[in-house]
Amino acid sequence: MIRHLGILAAAAATLAVSAGVQATPPPVVHDWVIQSDAIPKKLSEFGFFQDWRGREPSMDVVPYRLNTPLFSDGATKLRYVYVPSTAKAESDGPGLLQLPVGSALIKTFAFEEGDDLRYIETRVLLHRAEGWVALPYVWNEEQTEATLALAGARREVTTPYGERISYRVPNKNQCKECHGLDGAVTPIGPKARNMSAQWLQSFLGEVPEGADTLPMWEDRETADPAAAARAYLDVNCAHCHRQGATASNSGLDLRWENDDPHGFGINKRPVAAGRGSGGLMFDIVPGDPEASILVYRMASDEPGVAMPELGKGTVHEEGVEVVERWIAGMPAK
Amino acid sequence: MIRTLMAATALATLASPALAETITVAPGDGAQDRLQEALILAEPGDEIVLEAGRFELTDGLSLDADGVTVRGAGMHASVLDFTGQRGAGEGLLVTSDGVTLRDFAVENPQGDGIKSKGADDIVYQGIRVTWTNGPAATNGAYGIYPVESTGVMIDGCEVSGASDAGIYVGQSSRITVRNSTARANVAGIEIENSRKAIVERNFVTENTGGILIFDLPGLPVKNGGEVLVRNNLVANNTTANFAPKGNIVASVRRGTGIMVMANDIVWVGQNLIYENPTAPIMVIAYPMAFDDPEYNPYPREITIDWNETDEGGTDPQFEGAEQLLAAFGGVLPPVMWDGLEETPDGGTLMVHPDMKGWSVNLPAQGKGIESANPGPLDAGLIGQPISIEGWGAPEALEARLK
Repeated sequence: MIRHLGILAAAAATLAVSAGVQATPPPVVHDWVIQSDAIPKKLSEFGFFQDWRGREPSMDVVPYRLNTPLFSDGATKLRYVYVPSTAKAESDGPGLLQLPVGSALIKTFAFEEGDDLRYIETRVLLHRAEGWVALPYVWNEEQTEATLALAGARREVTTPYGERISYRVPNKNQCKECHGLDGAVTPIGPKARNMSAQWLQSFLGEVPEGADTLPMWEDRETADPAAAARAYLDVNCAHCHRQGATASNSGLDLRWENDDPHGFGINKRPVAAGRGSGGLMFDIVPGDPEASILVYRMASDEPGVAMPELGKGTVHEEGVEVVERWIAGMPAK
Repeated sequence: MIRTLMAATALATLASPALAETITVAPGDGAQDRLQEALILAEPGDEIVLEAGRFELTDGLSLDADGVTVRGAGMHASVLDFTGQRGAGEGLLVTSDGVTLRDFAVENPQGDGIKSKGADDIVYQGIRVTWTNGPAATNGAYGIYPVESTGVMIDGCEVSGASDAGIYVGQSSRITVRNSTARANVAGIEIENSRKAIVERNFVTENTGGILIFDLPGLPVKNGGEVLVRNNLVANNTTANFAPKGNIVASVRRGTGIMVMANDIVWVGQNLIYENPTAPIMVIAYPMAFDDPEYNPYPREITIDWNETDEGGTDPQFEGAEQLLAAFGGVLPPVMWDGLEETPDGGTLMVHPDMKGWSVNLPAQGKGIESANPGPLDAGLIGQPISIEGWGAPEALEARLK
């Protein structure tokens, strides 16, 4: 496999360069690595972090959170956005932040072990001239470096709920299953509507119209049940369940902004659910969560039935509850 | 990168075929990662060769590179075994164009077998998808599952055990399904919300229903039609329906041979249709309520040319079957129509004069069979031939067959 060796050789060369500066950790991000067409073998080659353990972000690597986050088997997530100092992020109303070429999104998935966080994987999205590129990096046992894992990986972890599971790191193609829209890779998370106004003010210098409208996940008990559920479905499902994305053929559109009740599942029959239907007739039966396929699939951890199909090995009980409460509160026919 | 250098050299000498690489993957330890990595690193023109043997896989595989061939040593020699699969919705997912899949098998995927979505100009040849425990509601839905694609060639494949459709082509166009075997699925072959399809020379047996041509409401791609179903052997489709409820095929009656629901311009001819005791041939409107203003639930311009059948519905799975059988002298004639038309006498159904049939005479779309008023078939006679120019997979896909 000549090509494979080629990549290794290129990676080794880059590594040798970075080894030269090992004594003083890089304080700035390596823009040339983000903007080249290289597929770095090690996460450290980007210089996103000051330390080899990936705990201290470099200059201009800005942490952020989402009001309602994606559930990933209970992993703690550390999210960062990087924009080169020569460029500027723009807003697009309530939608995705418009990050210029050279930007990166960095997301580490970790599980608590005692007082420490054990890093499992760090996923990066790089905005290159030809578009966004998604790469998965897996941390070693010693927690000293993260290595490219094109084919993904599995790791034994204990979730915050005490469940011992085989956690799945997605492969490079699977990145696109969620991040693909109209054939191109795109970020999903940093939408202004799902971020705090304060953070946006500081990051963009403005608060875009329609920003900060999704409820905070911590406030789900007191939030409007429809808003809490629709926010959850938007964040956890709508990257596939929309036009132009992986589950477009289902006809189910779970985006926050979709206001067609049939489109988001009310009295909608399944299309290609197979045994995922669980013997039920409709995605959502108003007033009857137990008769709703949406709930049935969210509450399953069985491959072929479970939704989401990727990035989930356990049932998110709180997520199921939010959706159940919403459906139960709908007036029955 | 060495590859880039090679490309530059090749361009200089115009010897581009030398670019394609062959990457051989053997079964054994680490097969999951080695195979997935090969699929990720593949570039247009590359060929990934699966050596003979059993690849024991724990996760779904995916291919997202255009113009790649994945080939094995034969549909019984190279087996991707997903019995221990712990994640993903299908065995193999293809999301790129111009892919050729040839001569390997997928066994016991937890969801669908091979799904190709938005994957134009795909060839499946000599592919086998099998759920080895036989028909079961716990099996995955679809065996071979191209969807939202233009240009689909399925030739010489075999699928059995799917709890929905063995070979399912949805929301696609320019489709050929031929020389394939669909056995012991709920639906043998299903063409759904698709256009310009040719289904020919297949052996479709021991399913609940043989060949289904469906058009459903509420999907992004609708208005299915222009489907030719010819020269198939559709026999002994008498397996009890094992589809999970809620799916449209769960309503298919055991013993259905070839079934057309909604669609415009479908031609069914020269098939051998035996031992499908509910109905050798069935033409109906979409039977349920729907909420889709752009959807037409009626079949339009359906032609039933001559087909060789047995006497017809000897054991129909309908409420009131006994009375029906008594009314028709012990057997229902081979062609069954629900009698529903978009406009009365509007050329809904045309039948060869030697084909016998009956009509359920439903009073309106969405009404159940309990409101039927069965009687003799009152369809038009077969009229002008139709043009099938531009139907079936594009020529370029034929050229990729071995």
